[in-house]
Amino acid sequence: MLELSDIHKTFYAGTPNEVRSLRGVSLSMQQGSFVNVIGTNGSGKSTLLNAVAGTFLVDTGRIVLGSEDITRQPEHRRARRIGRVFQNPFSGSAPTMTIAENLALASRRGLSRGIGWSLSRSLREEIADRIRTLKMGLENRLDNPIGSLSGGQRQAITLLMATWVKPDLLLLDEHTAALDPRSADQVIRLTHEIVTRDQLTTLMVTHSMQQAVHLGDRILMMHQGHIVADLSGPEKARARAEDLLSRFDALRHRDQLTPAVRDLLELSYV
Amino acid sequence: MVLLISAFNFGLIFAFLALGVYISFRIFHFPDITADGSFAFGGAATTAMLVSGWGPMVATGVGFLAGMLAGATTGILHTRFRIHGLLSGILVMTALYSVNLHVLGKSNVTLSEASTLNKTWTAIVKKVVGDVERVDILGWMVGIQDLASLLLMVLLMMVVGSTLFCFLNTKFGTAMRGSGDNPQMILAMGVSDKLLLTFGLALANGLTALSGSLLVQYQEFADVQMGIGMVVWGLASVIIGESLVGESRFGLLIAGAILGSVLFRMMIAIALRCGLNPNDLKIITAFFVFVALVAPQWSRKRKTRLLVAKARVAGNA
Ligand SMILES: Nc1ncnc2c1ncn2[C@@H]1O[C@H](COP(=O)(O)OP(=O)(O)OP(=O)(O)O)[C@@H](O)[C@H]1O
Ligand SMILES: [Mg+2]
Repeated sequence: MLELSDIHKTFYAGTPNEVRSLRGVSLSMQQGSFVNVIGTNGSGKSTLLNAVAGTFLVDTGRIVLGSEDITRQPEHRRARRIGRVFQNPFSGSAPTMTIAENLALASRRGLSRGIGWSLSRSLREEIADRIRTLKMGLENRLDNPIGSLSGGQRQAITLLMATWVKPDLLLLDEHTAALDPRSADQVIRLTHEIVTRDQLTTLMVTHSMQQAVHLGDRILMMHQGHIVADLSGPEKARARAEDLLSRFDALRHRDQLTPAVRDLLELSYV
Repeated sequence: MVLLISAFNFGLIFAFLALGVYISFRIFHFPDITADGSFAFGGAATTAMLVSGWGPMVATGVGFLAGMLAGATTGILHTRFRIHGLLSGILVMTALYSVNLHVLGKSNVTLSEASTLNKTWTAIVKKVVGDVERVDILGWMVGIQDLASLLLMVLLMMVVGSTLFCFLNTKFGTAMRGSGDNPQMILAMGVSDKLLLTFGLALANGLTALSGSLLVQYQEFADVQMGIGMVVWGLASVIIGESLVGESRFGLLIAGAILGSVLFRMMIAIALRCGLNPNDLKIITAFFVFVALVAPQWSRKRKTRLLVAKARVAGNA
């Protein structure tokens, strides 16, 4: 379904601030698979998702979604087929517009937006029905501005918006990281429900080893712009949070060693 | 009374400008300075058309389109060429000054000979009420032309205001509002925020130019300088409108901007009547907007200071 081949992305290339965020990432995802991405801070997880979503164009490599090469497509074109939920609960919805208006916007993702009325009576009813499935009591507050909701409620609605029109690919970037534990649980449960119900192909970045272990059918571990581990099948099923953590420690340990060695070399050569 | 009616007329004419400013500054949060240029551009385009014999309807429509063109240019400078928003507007506004001079042919042109919307409409009204020059309203004699113009502006504003309201409720219009509110969200919903902004600026400046077009027809002359200070003027109207209707839904805010414009013009008329020097008009408008922008911050600070003081008193007790 999603095919990444040898993706490179460098920010501020050729300046002292150069960051090589993705250094040759290849990935093949099957239709209906749910892939978790974990990794150290700054390892390029968000950059990977942004590359797929089209926030920027990649330096080299190819991105194919379904049968379409989307490598050079602008972000809004890709968004017709890709649903997204961001880490920041404020990013996914328009705060001064009402719940109903936000969902009305989402109901036209990838479809034409003519000069027909945006909120018909039947659409309102459908919105109320779908909001009811969140079990947050929001169906009575359809005309409240989204800005008046809590972060968890907003994330739940953003998830609904991203999946209202069934996307070919769902991108979740630490979408529970900014929430309190209870809301995070709620949103994760909702994610699980929607993804299994609609059999969505999902790429989820998470900071929580628990989520990575319990959800999905595959775990990617990223480090310094590379995919350093790829667990699937029985390997994924056997994975424990502690194993993943100890792998992180190993990576960190190696990092600490490298600068020291570099210093040593510098001392002896300069 | 005569003064009141003329203030009403001006207020409604400038209300179209206020709607334009509302769209760019409030819906899109875009500091669009183009308005100064497009206001005069609308006036100039309409004047040129009228002088060369076109009908007032066509001339007014062309004025509106001229503004849309100006707004779209600002939008393209900003979205395609990545020029800072304020600077894009300044560039277009500056360029428009020369354009307006060319369109008008000289720095001011009179329309007393040409046919205008107001004259045509007055003729229609006279056919209905009879050929009178003045009408008695509560003892005041008011010119029929002024009254007819007022009626025309009220009707026109009702049409334009409700069309705008309906438009902002359509799928496309909702996307536009969403784009102003959170561009990242609208991108994720599969619409180009750049396209929406460009269209929004075109619409905003179309309305601003319509305002200029109606003004030249009402006062029967056009001046290449007529746009100076229009952004601030529109902003003042929008701010007054907001203080009238509070933080509410955009339908009310549209009505607020219209009311704000009329009220503001009224205040100016009264101030002028009380001996205000017309030369001081712009500095007073600017000062007014300054106060309106700063007052909320100031009162918020005072409130927190009060709260802090109270808490301290409570703590000591
Ligand atoms: N738009 C950008 N412009 C410049 N640098 C960027 C940009 N996006 C990411 N980077 C850099 O790329 C590197 C990888 O960042 P990225 O956000 O992908 O990490 P991450 O794995 O998501 O980390 P975290 O767990 O902290 O979210 C970082 O050094 C970051 O500073
Ligand atoms: Mg990240």
